[in-house]
Parts: sequence; C-alpha cells; structure tokens
Amino acid sequence: MIVIESLTKRYDSTTAVDAVSMVIERNSITVIVGTSGSGKSTLLRMINRLIEPTSGRVLIEGRDTASEPGHRLRRRIGYVIQGHGLFPHRTVAENIATVPRLLGWEEERVGPRIAQLLEALQLDPAIYSGKYPHQLSGGQQQRVGVARALAAEPAVLLMDEPFGALDPIIREKAQDDLLDIQRKFGTTIVLVTHDIDEAFRLGDRVAVMSAGRLLQYDRPEVLVTRPADTLVARMTGSTERAMRLLSLTTAGDAALPLAASEAAGNGQGGLVVPTSASLRQVLSELLWSGSDDATVVDDTGTPCGRLTVAAILAHGRPA
Amino acid sequence: MSASGFLLRRPASAGDSGALAGVDRLGALLTLIGAAGLFLLPFVTFKANRILPGDPHGLAQVLPVWATLGCRAALAAVAAVALLTANARLRLVTALAGIVVVATALAAAANALTPPHNLIVRVAPGTGFWLLLAALGLLATDAITRMRPGPGARVLLLAIFLGVAGLTLAHGTFDNVSVMREYAVNASAFAVAARQHILLSLGSLGAAVIVALPLGIFSHRVPRLQPGILSALNIIQTIPSIALFGILMAPLGALAAHVPLAAALGIRGIGAAPAVLALFLYSLLPIVANTVAGLKRVSPATVEAALGMGMTPWQTLAGVELVLALPVILTGVRIVLVQNIGLVTVAALIGGGGFGTFVFGGIGQSATDLVLLGAIPTVVLAFSAAVLLDALVERLDRVSP
Repeated sequence: MIVIESLTKRYDSTTAVDAVSMVIERNSITVIVGTSGSGKSTLLRMINRLIEPTSGRVLIEGRDTASEPGHRLRRRIGYVIQGHGLFPHRTVAENIATVPRLLGWEEERVGPRIAQLLEALQLDPAIYSGKYPHQLSGGQQQRVGVARALAAEPAVLLMDEPFGALDPIIREKAQDDLLDIQRKFGTTIVLVTHDIDEAFRLGDRVAVMSAGRLLQYDRPEVLVTRPADTLVARMTGSTERAMRLLSLTTAGDAALPLAASEAAGNGQGGLVVPTSASLRQVLSELLWSGSDDATVVDDTGTPCGRLTVAAILAHGRPA
Repeated sequence: MSASGFLLRRPASAGDSGALAGVDRLGALLTLIGAAGLFLLPFVTFKANRILPGDPHGLAQVLPVWATLGCRAALAAVAAVALLTANARLRLVTALAGIVVVATALAAAANALTPPHNLIVRVAPGTGFWLLLAALGLLATDAITRMRPGPGARVLLLAIFLGVAGLTLAHGTFDNVSVMREYAVNASAFAVAARQHILLSLGSLGAAVIVALPLGIFSHRVPRLQPGILSALNIIQTIPSIALFGILMAPLGALAAHVPLAAALGIRGIGAAPAVLALFLYSLLPIVANTVAGLKRVSPATVEAALGMGMTPWQTLAGVELVLALPVILTGVRIVLVQNIGLVTVAALIGGGGFGTFVFGGIGQSATDLVLLGAIPTVVLAFSAAVLLDALVERLDRVSP
C-alpha cells in the first residue's frame, strides 16, 4: 500500500503539485490521468523521489520513502518511461540485468530471471537476449523496458506514459499484456497517462488531476456516474458517458441466466460472445448483426448466460 | 577496361557528358599533374654542397635509357588505369606500384649522381618528383576511400605503409638522397627530437584531457555557463601560436625567477614549459566542445531511466553518459592530437625542441633538406595519429550506434 500525504511540489512561482493525498491499494492498477501540465508526472516522480517534494510525504508499506537515499529507494521500485529509455550500448539481457546487478545479485540468479521475464513478455530469450535495442521494433523495445523495470521483483511499478510512443494497434496489445503481467506478478502499478480511454481500460482506480490538484480519485464507474466537478465530467466525456459505463462491465458479469431450453441447446446460430467482452462491444456487435440477443460462452465454449439489448441498455444508466 | 567498369563508375561521374564520358575526372587531373612532373619539371636537383643552389636534372639525363623508358612506361600504365577503370583495388595496386617505381627511380638517380665516397654533394628530390609523388599518393588515397575499408583494415594499411617505409630506410635504399644525408649527420639529434615531439604532443594532450573532460561535463550540466566557457576557449584558439608562445614567456620567466620551486621543476620562460602550456590551452576548446556535444547526444530518456532505476549520478555519468558520448569525445581528442603534432613544430622557436628544431634550423641555414628532415616525420606522425584515432572512433561508434 502506498500512502501519499499532502504531497506538494513548488517551483519558484508555480505549484506543480498542490497538497495531493491519496491511498493506493496493493495489487491494483491506479491510473493518474490529466492534461499536460496537470502535475501528474511530477506526482509520479515524487513517489520514487526522482523529484524531491517541497512538503508532504510518501509511505510505502508504512515506511517513509525519505528514510533512505533516493537511489536505494529507486532500486526497489520499477520505473518505465515513454520511449522506453533502454541503454543503446547494452544488449537486451544487460539492460534487464541493470537493477539486479546494482543490487548485487549473484549471476546464477540473474540469468534465469532474465529468461523468465522475456518469456513472460513473449520474447524468446534465445533470440532476443543478445540483441541491441536498436534491433528491436517499438513494441519489443517497450516490452523490454517493462521487463527491465520488473527485473528485481519490485512490489511497486511506476509507469510514465508507457505506451505513448506506440501506434494504436500495438498499444492495445501492450495494454492487455500489462493487465496479464499485473495478474501474474501481483505488482502494484501506478500509471500516468493523458489518454482517458487508457485510464478507463487499465485502472482499478483512476485519479484525475488538473493544475496540480487531485480533482477526483475513485473507481472508473463512479467517475462517470458521479463526477466530482465539471472538469471531471468533461474529461470522462458527457456525451460518451453511457458508452463508457458499458465498457466497464463485462458480458460475464451482466449475463442473465439461461432458459432451460437454451442451456441444453447450443445458442442456435445466434450471436456468441465471450465472458471477457465488454457490454459496449456486445452492444456494438448486436447493432451490427441486427439481432436482439446474444449467448455468453465461457472459456471452454459452454453457454453460461445470455444478454439482450434491453438488458445491456439498463447497464448504461446511472444506478 | 571492362564493360562492368563503365557500369560501376556511372553514379560517381553522373555529370560526365560527350567525348569525356567514361574518362575518370580525378584520373585525368592526376595524369596531367603527373605528366607535368615527369616531362616538364626536374626530377632531382644536384648540389655540390648542401647550401649551394642546385642544378636541375630530368630523369633522362640521369638514368640509363632503358630505365627511363621503363619508368615512363610503368607510369603510363598507371595513368591508363587511373583514366579508364573504376575498379578501386586495381587503382590502389597500380598507384602503389607507381610510388615504388618513382621512389626506386629517385634512389637510382641519387646513386648515379653521387660520386663514390663523396659525402659533400647533395642530390635532392626535385619538383617533378614531388608532383609525381603527390599525384600517385592522391590516386592511392582516393582508391582506399572508394574501397571503404573498415577501421581494422585502415590500421593494417597504415602499419604496412610504415613497415615498408621503415624497412627501406633502414636498408639504406635512400642513403644517397639529400634528406637521408642530413639524417646521417643528425641521427642522434633526430632521436632526441622525435622523443621530444611525441612527449610534447601527448603530454599537452593528456593535461588537456584531465582538465577539459570535467570542464565539458560541467558546461553540460550548467548550461547557463556554457556560452561563457566556450567563448573564453574560443578566444584562446584565435591567438596565433607564435604570439601565444611569446605571451607566455614573460609570466613563466617571472615565475621561474621568483619561485625557486617552479625553477626547480624546470619551468622557464623559454623551453618546454611555455610550449606545453600553449598547446594545452589550444587543446581545451575541441575537447570541451566535443564533450558537451557528445553528452548532448545522449537521449534524456536514457539518463532518466538510469536514474529512475536507482543508478547514482556517478554511475549514470560513468556507465551511461560518458560511454555513449565517447566516440564524439574521442573525435575531439583526434583533432587535438593532430593539431598538437603540427603546432609542436612551432614550439621549436622558443626552445621547446621537437622536429621543428630541424625546420627552423634548415630555414636559418637555407638548407631545404634539413627542413624536410623535420617536416616529413611531422606529417607522417600526424597522419598516423589521425588514422589510428579515426579507426578507434569508428569502432566505438559501431558498438553504440
């Protein structure tokens, strides 16, 4: 758990971050979203003390981050930035080994860890270990950046616009991979972005910042249904909010029980959707196909529920 | 000339047109220069002693007819290759063969003109010889450039060149040529001068690196002071070397006169001290400027990632920033080393020693051969330093693109 207590950063005449307090739960993804100049990156960098706060403090698992030298603190916290920041003169394996070596791990432990991480990020260690960053594609470089940040098994991972340099198709894949990684390693992730869609897609909780202040910090659906002020409402998109709400619920969660006859049959040629699909996606499919209901199937393909247009629309209204 | 030769050379001579199409332009120019050297200008000059003005001699006046004709035929063959083929290997091999022919002719001419056991007469290379050598040298350099050899190959070529030159000189092939006559008289002074020359160049370079590297890092870190530091060093760079030597003589002389320790350390108004100090000052700008440029080249994201992962500022500087800036910094070192090797020559004027001793001694005595004894090794030294450091820079740049 990360506790941020009235954290403030002032430069000569401007206040970049103004008395922000928030609690970040363990094993969750928290997204800080805001326009440029909102202070979101400054807030993130004060967590690992790349920027020293003017006042306020940060506690990680109850321990004040100011109680040890900054570089020691940063070795325990993963850090990923836009444009990956890989060392161009070091191979992929050497890049990933950076923090373990700084921490003085034995080499017998470093090698297997590199292989494990590369595999977790779908990069074949035999092919990629010896390559230099410039020999990789943008998406691969980004994944190596994540592997490097996770190398020393940090409990906390900070990410500053990690997908900003990727094109839209690769970005979506990278976001899915991040969700997988988070589930696999149980890391507490704090991610900064200016992209509200990314925030809704990834965040268990979303913090909206503007002009150095924290406007609202809550679950995404609360941000849509009960925005704290007009700026949050504008950012979450007032005309889009119903669709956004639908995108936050999965077909599995919203599925209605199957009628007995349908459970026996096999959906009878109607629309079939997986439990992981969002209601927004299901609605879009239903509109496109012109049908009125869809069958929800689980990972094995067995029907486990059904959805109708009316049932979906009900989820698009505030409770 | 082969058809493929035509095709290969096309892009290089895209501007060719009409009757000259297919003729190599550089080859044509070098052929003209070489022909002028061979037919219009004296190949050697004969002097009864080292300071008398010489009598010019053409190749035909000195060598037997068969040797003259053979020499001309060989050079005509080189010219044909230079004019008509684009094959860089062939051009290099013929250019080098041409150099061997011309050098052999010089040695033969010197031997022919020198009476047995006469150490007074001087047979000096004439303008014709120098023009031929220049034309062939340019042809060879151009061929090497076209072949784009890697850093290792270039160092190897340099080593072969130095090895062959050293062996022929040691063997005594050119002993009757005037410059080698001067060498024979000054052999021990030559060894001392060579040592001084290298020590002065490298010593001032070493001192400059020790000061300029931190100064460059500092200017990069404090951008506010960067223009001031660079302009101050720029102003030093504009002071002519002789003036700077002169300016330094007075304060260093005063220092030696009033501080016994300084005098005991060998600091005096003239000699090596002002020379090293002046060279050191000249060396600062290229190294500081290149250190700043090299560090600027390092992506800010890389530096931030290094700090963000918990590297200390020192680890980031030494392990990331300086390593990535090294090729650019070494380019500055290369500039300085070549520049210093040249400037050390001038330091002889204030008693700094080095090959300049021969150059200025030769000018004083109107003995051109003595000037050459100082000038040629200086050029060879500077050239070798440039090739070695260029190769090193390219090597490092490949590792960290």
